[in-house]
Amino acid sequence: MRAIQDLLGRRMPRRMFLLAIVAAGLALSWAIPHGNWVNKYIQMILVFIGINIILASSLNLVNGYMGEFSVGHAGFMAVGAYMSSVLTLKVFHLTGPSALFPVAILAGGLAAGLCGLLVAFPSFRTRGDYLAIVTLAFLMIVKSVIENIPYLEGASGLVGMKRLTTLPWVYFWMVLTLWTLRNFIYSTYGRGILAIREDELAADIMGVDTRRVKVLVFVVSSFFAGVAGGLYAHYLQFISPRSFDILKSTDIILMVYLGGIASLGGSILGATLYQVLMEVLRPGTFNQAFSWLPDPAFQWLSDRVFSHLDVWRMMILPLLLILVMLFRPRGIMGLRELPIFVPLRDIQERRKPGRGGEP
Amino acid sequence: MIDLRYVLQQALNALQLGSIYALIALGYTMVYGVLTMINFAHGDVFMVGAFLFFTASVLLHLPFVPALLFAMIGTAMLGAAIERIAYKPLRSAPRVSAIITALAVGIFLESAILAVNPYPRSIPQLLPDTTWSFGGVSFSLLQVLVISLSLGLMVVLDIVVYHTRVGMAMRAISWDRTIVPLMGVPVNLIITFTFALGAGLAGAAGSMYALAYPVIDPYMGVMVGWKAFIAAVVGGIGNIRGAMIGAFLLGGVEILVAAFLPSTYRDFVAFSLLLALLVLRPHGILGKARPQKV
Amino acid sequence: MVRRIVCSTVAVACVLASACMAAEPRIKVGVIAEMTGDMPAVGASCKNAAVLAVKQINDEGGLDVGGKKRKIELCLEDNAGKADQSASAAMKLITQQEVVAIIGPNASRYAIPAAEIAESSETVLITPWSTNPKTTLDVGTGKPKKYVFRACFIDPFQGRVVARFALDTMKAKTAAVLYDVASEYNKGVAEVFRANYEKLGGKVVAYETYTTNDKDFSAQLTKIKSASPDVVFLPNYYSEVPLQVQQAHRLGLKAPFIGSDSWGSSELLKLGGKDLEGYYFSTHYAADSASPAATRFIEAYRKAYGVVPDDVAALTYDAFGLLFTALKNAGKTDREAVRNALAVLPAYPGVTGEMTFADDSRDPVKSAVILQIRDGQFRYFTNAKP
Repeated sequence: MRAIQDLLGRRMPRRMFLLAIVAAGLALSWAIPHGNWVNKYIQMILVFIGINIILASSLNLVNGYMGEFSVGHAGFMAVGAYMSSVLTLKVFHLTGPSALFPVAILAGGLAAGLCGLLVAFPSFRTRGDYLAIVTLAFLMIVKSVIENIPYLEGASGLVGMKRLTTLPWVYFWMVLTLWTLRNFIYSTYGRGILAIREDELAADIMGVDTRRVKVLVFVVSSFFAGVAGGLYAHYLQFISPRSFDILKSTDIILMVYLGGIASLGGSILGATLYQVLMEVLRPGTFNQAFSWLPDPAFQWLSDRVFSHLDVWRMMILPLLLILVMLFRPRGIMGLRELPIFVPLRDIQERRKPGRGGEP
Repeated sequence: MIDLRYVLQQALNALQLGSIYALIALGYTMVYGVLTMINFAHGDVFMVGAFLFFTASVLLHLPFVPALLFAMIGTAMLGAAIERIAYKPLRSAPRVSAIITALAVGIFLESAILAVNPYPRSIPQLLPDTTWSFGGVSFSLLQVLVISLSLGLMVVLDIVVYHTRVGMAMRAISWDRTIVPLMGVPVNLIITFTFALGAGLAGAAGSMYALAYPVIDPYMGVMVGWKAFIAAVVGGIGNIRGAMIGAFLLGGVEILVAAFLPSTYRDFVAFSLLLALLVLRPHGILGKARPQKV
Repeated sequence: MVRRIVCSTVAVACVLASACMAAEPRIKVGVIAEMTGDMPAVGASCKNAAVLAVKQINDEGGLDVGGKKRKIELCLEDNAGKADQSASAAMKLITQQEVVAIIGPNASRYAIPAAEIAESSETVLITPWSTNPKTTLDVGTGKPKKYVFRACFIDPFQGRVVARFALDTMKAKTAAVLYDVASEYNKGVAEVFRANYEKLGGKVVAYETYTTNDKDFSAQLTKIKSASPDVVFLPNYYSEVPLQVQQAHRLGLKAPFIGSDSWGSSELLKLGGKDLEGYYFSTHYAADSASPAATRFIEAYRKAYGVVPDDVAALTYDAFGLLFTALKNAGKTDREAVRNALAVLPAYPGVTGEMTFADDSRDPVKSAVILQIRDGQFRYFTNAKP
C-alpha cells in the first residue's frame, strides 16, 4: 500500500493526488444519485455510512487518540440535530434546497461544540471512569431537557424537516471532518493529545497545555457529532429524544473499537463494516439470495431459518466484536493509519503516531 | 401538603430503591476493585439472573430459597465462563479492550435471551404479601427483606475482602498484578473466583429485583446496569462501602426529586446533581486519588 | 456418492420447480417489525400475526387478484428498534424486494421515518399501531400523506373517550395521571386526557411522570396518594401497568385505575393478577363480544402461538385484512392501484371493529370499547362512539 503511495507520490505531488481523490469522490457522490447508478437503498446505506464515519472518527478523537471513554456522543448528536432542525423548520422555514441548509448544519455543530466546552471543564480534574459518568450524565440531561421543552415537542419528536441531506452533502461534511481531524491530529496539539493519553502528568510537565488540548478535543469532537446529528435529522425527517439514547452512543462506540482506536482509517472501516453487516445480515437478504429455490424448499427455509435470523443478527455482531477484541485488542486497524492520512514527513521518517505504549 | 407521614413514606421508598441499586453495585464494584475493569456485562448477567429465577420458580416450581440459589449458582457459572472465554485472553491488552468486550458480551446476552423469549414475563409471588402500616406509613415484608439482604451482603463482602485469605489475594492483585504471582498467589484462579462471586451477587440482585418488580424482560439490565455503574463510581469505584453509599445516594436523589419537584424534571435534576458532585469530588465520595509516579 | 447426491438433488429440485412454474408469481408484502431493540414484545406479536395472516391466505390457495389465485410472500424485516434502520428497511423492501405494500413499523418513532420513505417512493404503508397523528400527515402542508395509512385510532380520540368515561360513568371529579414522559404514545394520550378532562369540568390533581425502563414508581405514587384523586389514569404499556398498580396497592392507594388500549394484552392479566380486578380501560375490541371473524382470528392465533393475541397482533392482522381487500378490489398488484383501492375501501369488518377511511384522511373511523377486568378476564362494558 505504502509502496504504491510512494511510487505515486514521486510522480505526482502528494497534495495533488489527495485533491484528485477528493474531487473524484465528490463527483462520484453527485453522479450516483443523479444517474441512479445504484438503487435508492444502496444510496441510503451510503448516506448512513457517511454519517457514521463522521460520528466514529469524531468519537475516536476523544476515545482513541486521547484515551478517554466518552459515552455521551449521542447527546452531542442530539444537540446538533435539534438545533439545525429548529433552524430549518421554525426560523428559516426551508421548503427545499437552500444555501441556508449548510448554515443550519454549521449552527448545529456549533451548538454541540458549545456543549462540548461545558463537558470539557470537568475533564480537567476528572478522568477515566469518572469522566465516563460525566458524559453519561450529560447525555441523560440532554434527553431530559428535550423531553421537557414543549417547543421541541418532547418525546413526540420533531417532524417536518425536508430531506435536505443528500449524498454530496454527506460526502462534503465527511471529507471536512476527516480533513480537520487529520490536520488536528498531526499538529502540535495532536502530539499533545497523544501525550495526554500516554501520561497526562508527564505531558503537563513537558510543557503540553493539557487544559487547552482537552478543551479543543472535546469541542472539535462534539462539533462534528453535532454536524452528523443535523445531517441525520434532515435525512430521516424525524428526530426524538429516543433517537439519541445510550444505545446510539453504544453503536458509535462499537464502530470506533471495531475499526480501531487512534486511526481515522479504522473509523472509516468500522463505520462501514458496522452498517454493511447490519444490512447484510437482515433476514430479507437471505430470502432474496435464495428466492431462486423451488417453492416448498424455499418456503421451509424462509419460515424455519431466515425468519429467525432477525434476532440472531444481534448476536452475530457482538460475537464478531469479541473476536476482534481477542485477536486485535485495539481494533482491526488499531494504532495504524491509512497512508493517505499520514503527513509525508511522518512517512519519510518511518515513524508511526502513537506507536508503543498503551492508551 | 408536606406532612411528616409523606416525608417518612418517601424516605422508606428511597431506602428500598437505594438498596436495590446497592445489590447490583456491590458486585460491580468488587470486580472493579480487583481488576480495575468496568464489567459492562454486569447488568445483563443481572438480567440472566432474573430469568434463571423465573425458570426455577415458574418452570421448575421451586420455592424461594432454592430458586434464589439456582439463580446465584447459574450466574456464578456464567460469570466464570465469560471471564475465561472473553476477558482472560485480554489481561495484557489495553484496559479499554476488556470494557468493549464486556459491552459486547452484554449485548450478546440480551439478544440470546431475546431469541428465546421476547415477551415480558411475570414472577409469581413467592413471599407473603404482608404490608404493615404505622400511622399511614406503609412498608412491606419485601422492603424489609431487600434492605436487610443488601446490608447483609455488604457485610459478607466486607468480611470476604478484608478478613479472608482469598480477600487478601484479591486486594494484592488489585494493588499490583505483576508482583503478586511471584508470591505464589494463583492469580487466574482468584480472578475467576472474583468474577464468579460478582456474577453470583448479580444473580441474587436479579432475583430480588424480580421479586420486588415482578415483570422481567431481556432489556431490564441495561438501565439498571448503568445506574449501578453510576452508584459504584459516585461512591468511589472499587470501594465496597462507597458503592453502598453511592447507591443510597442515587436512590435517594431519584425519589426525593420526584417527591418534591415535578417528576418530569427528575432525570434532569438527578443527573445535574451527579455532575456537580463529580466536579467537586472527582474521585467519588470515598475514592482516593491514586498518587501518580513520575 | 457425491455425484449421486448432487444428481438426485437436482432431479428433486427440477420436479419441484416445474410444479411451481405453473403457479402465478407470488405477491410480495413487506413487514417491518421491532424484533430486536427496546420493544421486542411488540415486534414478536406483529410478526406472529403477519405470519398467521399470510399463512391463512396461502392455505386457501392464495388471494384472488384479477381472477387469478396468487400466493403471498412475506418479506419480514427487523428495525432493531432504530429510526434509521426503519428507514433503510422500508427502502430495501421497496427498491430491492419490490413489495406491493409495507405493514409496520408499529411505534410512531419508527413509523414516521419509514412513512416518509414510503411516501416519497409512492408505496402503500399501513402502520398497525402508530397512534401519533403526525404519522399519516404531511407536516409541511398539513394534508394527509397519500400512501400512508393506519389500522388504529389516533391519540386524541382515545384521550377523549377515557376522559368522558371517567367523568360521566365513573363520576370521578378529580383524577391523577402517571405516564412515561419519554414515550410518545403515553405522553400523547396523557396530554389529551388532561385537556379534555379539565374542559369537561374535572380536575387533574396530580400529573406525574417517569422514564422508560423505570421499575420503581413509589415516589410518584406516594405523591398521587397524598393528592387523593377519585381515579388514576395510567396510559402505559401492559408490562408496566401491573408494577404500577401493585406498588400503588402496597402504598395503600385505594383509588380505581383506568387505562388505554396499551393495556389490551392478555399478558396484562398474567402479569397483574388480582391487583387489576374491577378496573376499566378503553381498547379496540372485546374478545368476549367479538364478531365471528374476530373469534376465528383469536382461536387461530391461540392455536398457533398458545396465547391470546394482544392489540398489536389484532391490529397487524387487520392491516393485512385491509391490504388483502384492497388488492382484491384493485384486481392488480400495481402499487398505485392498491393505494387507490385502499383509500376508497368500503367499510371493512376487522377484528378490531368496523373501519372506513373518511375522505381525505388515512386514519380509520372506528369505535372504541370500554372493557372491565372481571374474574381475571376482559369483559365488554360499553361502547364508545367516535
